[in-house]
Amino acid sequence: MEAALAVPKSRLMAPYLAVLRARFLLVLQYRAAAAAGFATQAWFGVVSIMVLAGFYHGAAHPPLSLAQAIGYVWLGQGLLVLLPWNADPEVSEMVVSGAVVYERLRPLDTYFYWYVRALAWTLARVLPRAVPMFVLAGPVLSLAGFGAWGLPPPAGFAAFALFAASIGLTLLLSATMTLLINVVVVASQTSRGANSLAPAIVNLFSGLIVPLPLFPAWAHLFLFLQPFAGLSDIPFRIYVGQLSGAGAFAGIAIQAFWVVALAVLGRRRLNQAMDRLRVQGG
Amino acid sequence: MNGLALYGRYTAASIRGQMQYPGSFLLLSTAQFANSVISFIGVWALFARFGRIDGWSLGEVALFYGLIDIAFAVADAISRGFDVFGPQFVKTGNFDRLLLRPRTTALQLLGHELRLTGIGRMAQAVLVLVIAAHLVKVGWGPRELLLAGSAICGGAALFLGLLVLQATLAFWTVESLEVANALTYGGVTAGEYPLDIYARWFRQFLTFVVPIGCVSYYPVLAILGRRDPWGAPAWFTEVSPAVGFLFLGASLWVWRFGVRHYASTGS
Repeated sequence: MEAALAVPKSRLMAPYLAVLRARFLLVLQYRAAAAAGFATQAWFGVVSIMVLAGFYHGAAHPPLSLAQAIGYVWLGQGLLVLLPWNADPEVSEMVVSGAVVYERLRPLDTYFYWYVRALAWTLARVLPRAVPMFVLAGPVLSLAGFGAWGLPPPAGFAAFALFAASIGLTLLLSATMTLLINVVVVASQTSRGANSLAPAIVNLFSGLIVPLPLFPAWAHLFLFLQPFAGLSDIPFRIYVGQLSGAGAFAGIAIQAFWVVALAVLGRRRLNQAMDRLRVQGG
Repeated sequence: MNGLALYGRYTAASIRGQMQYPGSFLLLSTAQFANSVISFIGVWALFARFGRIDGWSLGEVALFYGLIDIAFAVADAISRGFDVFGPQFVKTGNFDRLLLRPRTTALQLLGHELRLTGIGRMAQAVLVLVIAAHLVKVGWGPRELLLAGSAICGGAALFLGLLVLQATLAFWTVESLEVANALTYGGVTAGEYPLDIYARWFRQFLTFVVPIGCVSYYPVLAILGRRDPWGAPAWFTEVSPAVGFLFLGASLWVWRFGVRHYASTGS
């Protein structure tokens, strides 16, 4: 037995990579859902931008220029499914059906296994929505003569490089939050509560409803430090050039801190919830 | 038994059913309340930053916001049967059973469920209306109350019509098309602000194609005693909510066309 379980070090990651690949390809099949999401997001983008433009008329020195705010909105609509809106639906099903006990039998770390699944799920849903949205909001609007209403190019090469690093951390951070929602689902045996309350918090504190810099100044420090800013506000502000230099590095450091902190917390809580798991049979 | 009495029985059964799970009902209503309050916090933050939107104050926008949200909450509560029509009736073949009963399909689908959790959004919308009434000086007489009431009814009819159209599409596509969410949820969002902040093409779309402006913008103009800067006649602002009912009528006509073309999936 001992010999059979001794896996060479180089093969240790193999099952996780296989899960990542399989789930990515599976979710990528849902093209109709992606098309519907795209249409809805484009609509919301247009409405939000016109509302913001209405507010900006005659405004004196807002902390985010209108062009930056428009870029912020398009990034938010394009990357909407990057955010942790609900528990992994397959995990919810497993919890309801009781199949979740099989997860204990696999020779894998359940947290890391579910984490990789969440990453693949998110990534496969983001790509088919984000790419057409950015093509529409960027070059298409610009060529049609509506460049002022579109997604501007990144504020510079440095901004783009920092944005790429930051959005990578966003993906990791989002998966840690999906895992926390999974933990609530495992502990409460139902996905209803967690799935219905998570969106309200994510919506407000990530900056999707209103870009965080537009909130009153007294709230800025808190909004910058809380974990949800790393889901969209920090990368978006880096992209449009509102957060640069030391500020950008601070933002990325905050994101990295929350990834580690929430992963440690989530892994401990998942193991506790799994230890208390009761199977009702049937 | 007439249609109304039958609908009463349907809803009574639905309410009893949902009240078997009071915990679930409380949780989902609270969640809906929280979700919609969060959106209004966003509106408040923008007003705190900018003061006005194209000359409109927070109280005035709250009036648009509260009325359209109540209308949507009503439509959302009664239209559950149309909302889940694709997956639960066409895909499963359950629609065949509805066709066998000696009642209209629209009535049976309306009676499918009265979703009580809409109370969450409703509570938020009423709260917003109270804020609006507090902030804006409106002489609330019978005329103003009638206008507000007809805006809500017309709005509910309009959103119900949109959901009927979404369900009609399922006769051909089987699955529900989420694209309709852009018009329902997106329509509420658009109607939460006065129409005149939008670009011309969007204003026309919201007046002539999906007439959300007719159930929020124009009646609120009449309540506030304002003139439409784009020249809609004063009498139109008073009767505009009726357009919501015309839209619902047209949707039901399209629905009947869809029913005639229904072919069972055979499952």
